[in-house]
Amino acid sequence: MGNKMIHIDIEKLMHTAQGEMNLSIKASIRPGELITLFGPSGAGKTTLLRILSGLLNPDKGIVKFGETVWFDSEKKINLAPQQRDIGFMFQDYALFPNMTVEGNIFFAQKSKDIKAVEKLISVFDLNELRKRKPGKLSGGQKQRVALARALACKPQLLLLDEPLSALDAKMRMTLQDEIMQAHQLSGVTTIMVSHDLNEVFRLASLVISIENGIITKTGKPDEVFSSDSISGKVQITGQIARIEKKEIISTVTVISGSKQIIKVIAFDRDLENLKVGDQVMVFTKAFNPSITKLDKVQPHI
Amino acid sequence: MDIQFINTLLITFKLAFCTTVILVITGLPFAYWLTYTRTKMKPLIEALVSMPMVLPPSVIGYYMLMVYSPRNWFGAWISGIFDVRLAFTFEGVLIASVIFSLPFMVQPLHNGLCSLPASLREASWTLGKSKTTTFFRVLLPNIKPSIITAVALTFAHTIGEFGVVLMVGGNMPGETRVASIAIYDEVQSLNFDTANQYAFILFIISLALLTTIYSVNKTNGPWGIR
Repeated sequence: MGNKMIHIDIEKLMHTAQGEMNLSIKASIRPGELITLFGPSGAGKTTLLRILSGLLNPDKGIVKFGETVWFDSEKKINLAPQQRDIGFMFQDYALFPNMTVEGNIFFAQKSKDIKAVEKLISVFDLNELRKRKPGKLSGGQKQRVALARALACKPQLLLLDEPLSALDAKMRMTLQDEIMQAHQLSGVTTIMVSHDLNEVFRLASLVISIENGIITKTGKPDEVFSSDSISGKVQITGQIARIEKKEIISTVTVISGSKQIIKVIAFDRDLENLKVGDQVMVFTKAFNPSITKLDKVQPHI
Repeated sequence: MDIQFINTLLITFKLAFCTTVILVITGLPFAYWLTYTRTKMKPLIEALVSMPMVLPPSVIGYYMLMVYSPRNWFGAWISGIFDVRLAFTFEGVLIASVIFSLPFMVQPLHNGLCSLPASLREASWTLGKSKTTTFFRVLLPNIKPSIITAVALTFAHTIGEFGVVLMVGGNMPGETRVASIAIYDEVQSLNFDTANQYAFILFIISLALLTTIYSVNKTNGPWGIR
């Protein structure tokens, strides 16, 4: 299928809520990778996907897919989305409300291939839903249909815009498996936008971290996220719920996530700049848990 | 008398039907263009389309008469090439009524298209479908309630037209005399029975059309999802 290298070197001035920002991206992507674009919202991840798909034009630069030039501002080349042979899964899924589940998948095909549709329907477990309209599907079901539809046109490049953002943890896991399966099945180069660290570690063969319109880090998930701040020690972040002062020492109660409650012993000097409600990091040092305010440590998450 | 009565009703429906057909054919692409255009003239164009809703029909009728006049370049050109006179003819009334009903066709379609998420169009493009295929297979089926509203409103509004037809077409039996004018005419001649018959028919048809619109909009949610 699509064993073609993607070269991208573009610039685009973006008008964001925080003012103007220059998106400047230069990257080469090997065929067959499963890449996640990671970074805070407004960093330019979705914009980059839209530029790759041809739905948005950069101000200048080049986008090349193998030997095919998709965009070249100097030579005034700009292939329409229709000509780029991509599968795009939108954040809102964009299923066609007038078509049934199988209608959506059939519509995506270049030429009618019942066998391929049957295969997608069974891979994504859509058999019971095939005659339903998208209005009667749950979020997770819609997502599966959207993924199946994006694959139905046998794309050379699959672009997923925060595909799992609207789901609960359990559903996420199931669909992560499905994305992984779809990727292995088709071998298609896949680029997905994600906010979720778990997801990145489970799925990605390569992470591209984007901040303020530029690529800050590229590499395997371990490389990108294992920097100086995460050093193999146990670290838990949370919020101070209570500080109980005793004569020499105090106990600090930290709540992490929604359920985890940690009690940490702290001395007066530790407590100098801590108060209830502070975001803190609890970490082990010489086997004892210690506590520190979060703005001192710069985690990468 | 009876034949004239039927004739008048036939002309009324012929006018409404032709106006609606012409406006469906021209209004759909126009509404599409208006929805997605990025021209700076958009507010002006939107205002022009909506003008017939606020202008007195007599104003439009007056301008149409001016345009149709053989002393005017358009009227001269039309009569020169096609050998037709537009003032006080059915064709003249039809053109005027197409212009007069334009907002009733374009606005519901425009609103319907605006309510569709942009991603529907984009998704279809990324699946390799042309703009035309996307228009007919993705956009139109999802604004069905808007299309039904537009068609019914245009039809009902044309049936209810009075001022423009009177100005442009006059009151020529068998040619430009429509029911709304006939009512006026019959009342003037104190023929209340005939006026009553016309009025009742127009009342029932308009009621039926509006009931259709409201029941369609009630059973269909946004984008035609039931």
